[in-house]
Amino acid sequence: MTALDDTPAGPAEAGQVAAPDEAVGARGLLRALLRNRLAAAALVVLAIFVVVAVLGERLAPYGRNEVSSADKLRAPSLEHPFGTDQLGRDVLSRVLIGAEPSLRVGLVAVGIALVAGVVLGLVAGYYRGLVDDVVMRCMDVLFAFPAILLAIAVMAIRGRGATNAMIAIGVVYTPIFARVTRASVLTVREQVFVRAARSIGAGDLRIMTRHVLPNVAAPIIVQTSISLAFAILAEAALSFIGLGTQPPEPSWGRMLADGRGFIQDAWWMAVFPGLAIFAVVLSFNVTGDALRDALDPRQRSAIESAAGRG
Amino acid sequence: MTAPARTPADAPPAPGEVLLRAEGLAVHFPQRGGPPVRAVDGVDLEVRRGETLGLVGESGCGKSTLGLALLRLVEPTAGRIELDGTDVTALGRRELRGLRRRVAMVFQDPYASLDPRQTIGRIVAEPLEVHGLAPGRAARRARVDELLAMVGLDPSFRDRRPHELSGGQRQRVGVARALAGEPELIVCDEPISSLDVSIQAQVLNLLVRLQRELGLTYLFVAHDLAAVQHVSDRVAVMYLGRIVEVGDTARVTGDPAHPYTRALLSAVPVPDPPAERVRRRIVLSGDVPSPAAPPSGCRFRTRCPDAFEPCPHVDPALADLGGGHRAACHLHGVVGTPVDEAGAALLDDPA
Repeated sequence: MTALDDTPAGPAEAGQVAAPDEAVGARGLLRALLRNRLAAAALVVLAIFVVVAVLGERLAPYGRNEVSSADKLRAPSLEHPFGTDQLGRDVLSRVLIGAEPSLRVGLVAVGIALVAGVVLGLVAGYYRGLVDDVVMRCMDVLFAFPAILLAIAVMAIRGRGATNAMIAIGVVYTPIFARVTRASVLTVREQVFVRAARSIGAGDLRIMTRHVLPNVAAPIIVQTSISLAFAILAEAALSFIGLGTQPPEPSWGRMLADGRGFIQDAWWMAVFPGLAIFAVVLSFNVTGDALRDALDPRQRSAIESAAGRG
Repeated sequence: MTAPARTPADAPPAPGEVLLRAEGLAVHFPQRGGPPVRAVDGVDLEVRRGETLGLVGESGCGKSTLGLALLRLVEPTAGRIELDGTDVTALGRRELRGLRRRVAMVFQDPYASLDPRQTIGRIVAEPLEVHGLAPGRAARRARVDELLAMVGLDPSFRDRRPHELSGGQRQRVGVARALAGEPELIVCDEPISSLDVSIQAQVLNLLVRLQRELGLTYLFVAHDLAAVQHVSDRVAVMYLGRIVEVGDTARVTGDPAHPYTRALLSAVPVPDPPAERVRRRIVLSGDVPSPAAPPSGCRFRTRCPDAFEPCPHVDPALADLGGGHRAACHLHGVVGTPVDEAGAALLDDPA
């Protein structure tokens, strides 16, 4: 009997443990994330990058385009910890300053995809029928293109530059948000509490915004974090092929492209911006995974099947 | 069941006017690659102001769908619903909101019917916001507290969320939400069947008290007669999408006219040992037929111990047996709609 008495979770105690999706409030979520050491580290890395992006120029030891023709292609030293590039610009300064456009493009692009995708997915999943068919088939068409190819196509139409890169990446990631949202809406719309809201006279708009949206927030939050990683990668890729942030503005993708030609002689030109991209993308991915575990383990498969796209 | 039996003292003022009338109401759900499911198929029903009408039938007979149709939460395929003499089957969006203020609903599962993300205060305040009642923050808050008090909950519940409450407390919140719009009729869809037995009587007593204090009318849906016979003035028995018997509770339970009602009643244990010993259960054979393909004529005939010649040929009508007691059964005279020529010849009173 004593062995039985020692079992920790009797029904009474189990009842006191809040179900995962009930522990959500922002504070509880943060606490759950920090319990996961990897996620805590990722959050610290992201916090550092945000600070760097905000302070940018003020942290950099040299100006963004400060050229010193005497110091071309110098290896990392105390004076230039990340070395200098082919024009004698300090790589550390450019990596620090480049954080801002990279994060900004990523954030705005995901913001566009989030708003457009959630609205489309919500309307499609809530109303079903013809609206659903039309919206989701359009999303399928967008989804069918490889991400970078589609982004390049959008940029070909709208022209190069950081603003158009945001729009292009936003368009590319809209279908993912639409699918994730719609999948969750389909289950929530059938819940009795939605019918109860209708029974007291609530209209569609009210039900969608007050009852459905809050109950589908978890997978959308997770998707946002994961998409941020992809969007920053996409911005780097577009800048790499010369479509995104335009020179002489520093951008990680652009720096990688410049460094490519000197990789034999000056590895630092490509490696340091590459590491910056790597750290941010990895951190967003780790955070996304941790959020998913903290918010709702049951949603795992739904998100993975909708987001199977690189 | 410790619920108080209705005493004449607290019975509502004698047979009131008709508050809600359904005529030929049907709800069919289309099925892919098959005939539609006739969940509700030609129901005539009257609910009188101030009364409790019990609606009884086994799972899948369409009683919940009927309740939903009365609020237009599912769209009727055919028939009319009148509230106070006004047809509500063709209401526009605006008027529909008005209907859902006058008719409210309490749902079966208090765990599923409350939005897990909202506080109790917001749940109860929602009808106030939707209908523009108690405008202003302070007024709304006061009204929410008042509603919570009416259902026996402390105002401190306002800031809690559904998962912090017990089943009984949640169902009280469901009742408070239903009351918020000051409805005349409340459709109670098995409001106690998912609660612990010890809590059932409390919620039942609450509903009875509220009815007395607020002059409410109830349509009380349940799957067993025992649950409703103590609170209902009248009972309607439903089988496979149709009302088969309706009348005063005492008449229907004391002198059931339809074999299906008799079978339902025989399943209720009698709290009197000698009577219980002689109680004979009528065990119905077979399963309920599919509502997508109901039997011809009388729908109960495939399971009826008393089925005879006219049953497959004549669809029985709800015939008056006197005193508002009506049953759809050929044992009391072959009346109804013949389904074929053989049926036409069998009618007692060929029109």
